[in-house]
Amino acid sequence: MTNAILTGLMLGGMYALVAMGLTLQYGVARIMNLSYGEFLIAAAFASHWLFTGWAISPFVGLVLVVPLAFGLNYAIYKVLLTPLVRRAPNRDALEVDSILATFGLTFVIQGAMLAMFGGAYYSYSFLAFPVQFLGETVAANRLAALGITILLGLSLYLALTRTRAGTAVRAVAVDPFAAQLVAINVPQASAITFALGGALVAAAGVLVSTFLTFSASSGVVFTMKALIVVVMGGVGNMMGCLVAGLALGLSEALVASYVDPGLTLAVNFALFLAVLLVKPAGLFGRATR
Amino acid sequence: MSASSMAPDDTHREETMTTFLTRRAALLAAATCAATLGLVGAAYAQNSIKIGYAISRTGPNTGGAAVTTIPNYELWVKEVNAAGGIKLGDKRVPIEVVQYDDRSNAEEAVRALERLINQDKVDFILPPWGTGLNLAVGPTLNREGYPHLAATAVTDRAPELAKRWPNSFWLLGTSADAAKTLVELLTKLRDEKKIGDTVAMVSIADGFGIDLSSAARPAITAAKFKLAYDKSYPIGTQDLAPIVNEVKALNPDVFIAFSYPPDTLALTEQARIAGLNPKVFYTGVGTAFPLYKQKFGKNIEGVMGIGGWSGDSPAIKDYLARHKASAANGAEPDRWASAVTYASLQMLQQAIERVGKVDRAAVIKDLQTGSFDTVIGKVKLENNMPTRYWWVGQWQDGEFYGVAPSKNEGARAAIVPKPAWVAP
Repeated sequence: MTNAILTGLMLGGMYALVAMGLTLQYGVARIMNLSYGEFLIAAAFASHWLFTGWAISPFVGLVLVVPLAFGLNYAIYKVLLTPLVRRAPNRDALEVDSILATFGLTFVIQGAMLAMFGGAYYSYSFLAFPVQFLGETVAANRLAALGITILLGLSLYLALTRTRAGTAVRAVAVDPFAAQLVAINVPQASAITFALGGALVAAAGVLVSTFLTFSASSGVVFTMKALIVVVMGGVGNMMGCLVAGLALGLSEALVASYVDPGLTLAVNFALFLAVLLVKPAGLFGRATR
Repeated sequence: MSASSMAPDDTHREETMTTFLTRRAALLAAATCAATLGLVGAAYAQNSIKIGYAISRTGPNTGGAAVTTIPNYELWVKEVNAAGGIKLGDKRVPIEVVQYDDRSNAEEAVRALERLINQDKVDFILPPWGTGLNLAVGPTLNREGYPHLAATAVTDRAPELAKRWPNSFWLLGTSADAAKTLVELLTKLRDEKKIGDTVAMVSIADGFGIDLSSAARPAITAAKFKLAYDKSYPIGTQDLAPIVNEVKALNPDVFIAFSYPPDTLALTEQARIAGLNPKVFYTGVGTAFPLYKQKFGKNIEGVMGIGGWSGDSPAIKDYLARHKASAANGAEPDRWASAVTYASLQMLQQAIERVGKVDRAAVIKDLQTGSFDTVIGKVKLENNMPTRYWWVGQWQDGEFYGVAPSKNEGARAAIVPKPAWVAP
C-alpha cells in the first residue's frame, strides 16, 4: 500500500508540476496556450543536449534553462500575444484568439525541434538508481522530481499569497479591470505571469526528461494532461493544481496496483467528470459568471 | 500590356494585334508539342527512375519512422546513385525522390500516395512506417498496380492480404507466429530445466500489444505455463511502477512485455530499479533500438526482445557500418525491421534490374517468384511472404542476436538465466 501511494504521489507530483505553469498562463494571463506541451519538450531536449553533449547535470540545467525560458516566454507574450490582448474586446475573445495563435506556435516549435533533433525517441539515464524511502524502493530521479515540485509549488504559493506582486497577480486573475483601478499595471503583470508559467513548464520539462522517454512529437500528451489538471483544480488556482495533480496520480497508481492497469485512463476521466459535475468551476475554483 | 508597346504606329495596330495573336497561338502550339514530345521522349528514354514515398515526419509514428525507415530509404538512394543508379538494360539511371509527410495519419498517407501517382507520376512507391499505415495504403497501391513492400507491418492478416492484393509483400510476418515462436523457445528452456513455469505478461492496449497478447495467451496456457499476471495498460501511461512492483511480488520465471518504445524503456528502467530480474526478461518494440543499448549500457546483457538479426554475418556487419556512416549523428539501425527494410529496397532494385524497364506488373511478378541477395541473406518469397523471420532476439556482448527460431542460420543459443542488473 505504501508503495502504491508513494508511486501515486510521485506521478501526481509530476502532473501538478506539468500543470502549474499552465494554470498561471491560462488563469492569470488568460492565454490558453496550446503549445504548452511543446515548450515542455523543448526544455527536455535542452536538458538532454546539455547532459549528453556537455555532461551538465539536469539540476544545473535547470538553472540555465529556466531563466532562458522565462525570457523567451516574455518575448513571445510581448511580440506575439500583446496584439491579441489589445485587440480582444473581452476575455472570451482573447481565449479564442490565443487558442488559434498558440496552435500555430505548436507547429513552429515542433517543426524546429524536428529539424534540429529529428523524430526519434530520446532518453538518458540520470539518477536512475533505486533509493529506500519510507521503507520502499523508488527511483531516485522521480523522488528528486517530486522534491523539486513540492519546493517550486510551495514557493510559488507563498509568493502568490504573501507578497505584494503575488497579490497583484491574483487580483489580475480575478478581475483585470478592477485591478487596473487600483493602479496595478495589468499588461505588465500578465506578461510576467505568462513568462513565469513558461519558466515553470521548462522546469517541468527538464525534470520529466530524467525519467520519461520523449520525442519531438510528444508535446500534445502533456498539454492534454496539464489542461485536465488545471480545469479540475480550478483555473488559476495553485493549490487546486497541486491537489488535482496529486489526486489524478494517486488514483492512477491505486487503480493500476489494485484493480487493473488498463483502467487508469478511464479512472482519470471518471474523476475529472465527477469533479466537474459536482463543482463545475473546479475543485478550488469560484464561479465567476 | 498597353497598345503603344505593341504597336508604335496606330495605323498598324489592328494588323499587329492579329500577328501577335497568331504568333502567340503558334508559340503555344509549339510549346504544347514540345511538352508532349518531351514527355513521350522521357517515357522512352527514362533518364531517371522516380521513386516516391510518404513517411511520418510528424505525429506519433515519427519516432519509429525516424529510427527504422527514413535512414534506410536515404542510405539506399545515396548508395544507388553513387553507383550510377539503377541498371535498366545496358545503362544506369539515377533515382529521383519525391517525398511527403503523412503526419502519421491514414487519410493523409492515402492522399499523398494519390498525389505521388497522379501528379508526380512516380515510377515506384516505398511504403510508410507501421502496421496501421501499411494497411491503409494497401488498397490504393493495389488498385494502381504498384508493388507494396510492407517491411514494417506485423499483422495476422498478412497471408490473407497477400492473396487479396497480389502486389503486396508482408516481410515482417504475423503476430501469431511471433507469439508462437516465443512460447516454443520458453518451452525448450523449461525442458532444459533452465526456467520454471510461471509467466507474467503485460501488453499495451493498442494494435501491436492486443494482437500479440491475444496470440500469446492461448499459446502460453496450451504449453502448460502458469500465467500469473496478464494485464494491459493504455497507450501513453506515464508510470509503469505499479505494474513492475506487482510482477516483482509474484516472482515469475518469465516476464513478457508486448510494449512500444517509450514503455519498453520505462519497463526496463523500472525493473532495474525495483530489482525485478526474472530468468527471462522480454520486452517489445524498441528493445532492438540503438537507443536501448545507449541508455542501459551494460544492463542490456541477456535482455530478450522482439526481432533480432544474424549479428555475426558479414553482410549485416557491413550494413551496420554503412548505416552508421550515412545516418545523421552516426545513428545505428534498429536490429530488426531496419535490416528487413533495407533488404526490401535491395529486392526492389534487383527486381527492376532483372525486368530492365519500368514495368510494374513485371516487377511484381519478379518479386513473387525471384530470389534475392540481401543483407539479411537470400530471400525467396512464398505466397508473397518470406519463409524465415527472426522472432526473438537477445542482447549478447553488445549485439542483438537472433535466438529464435533456432533453426535459422546464425541463431545463437539464449543466455538463461539473464544476468543480474548492475548499477549504471
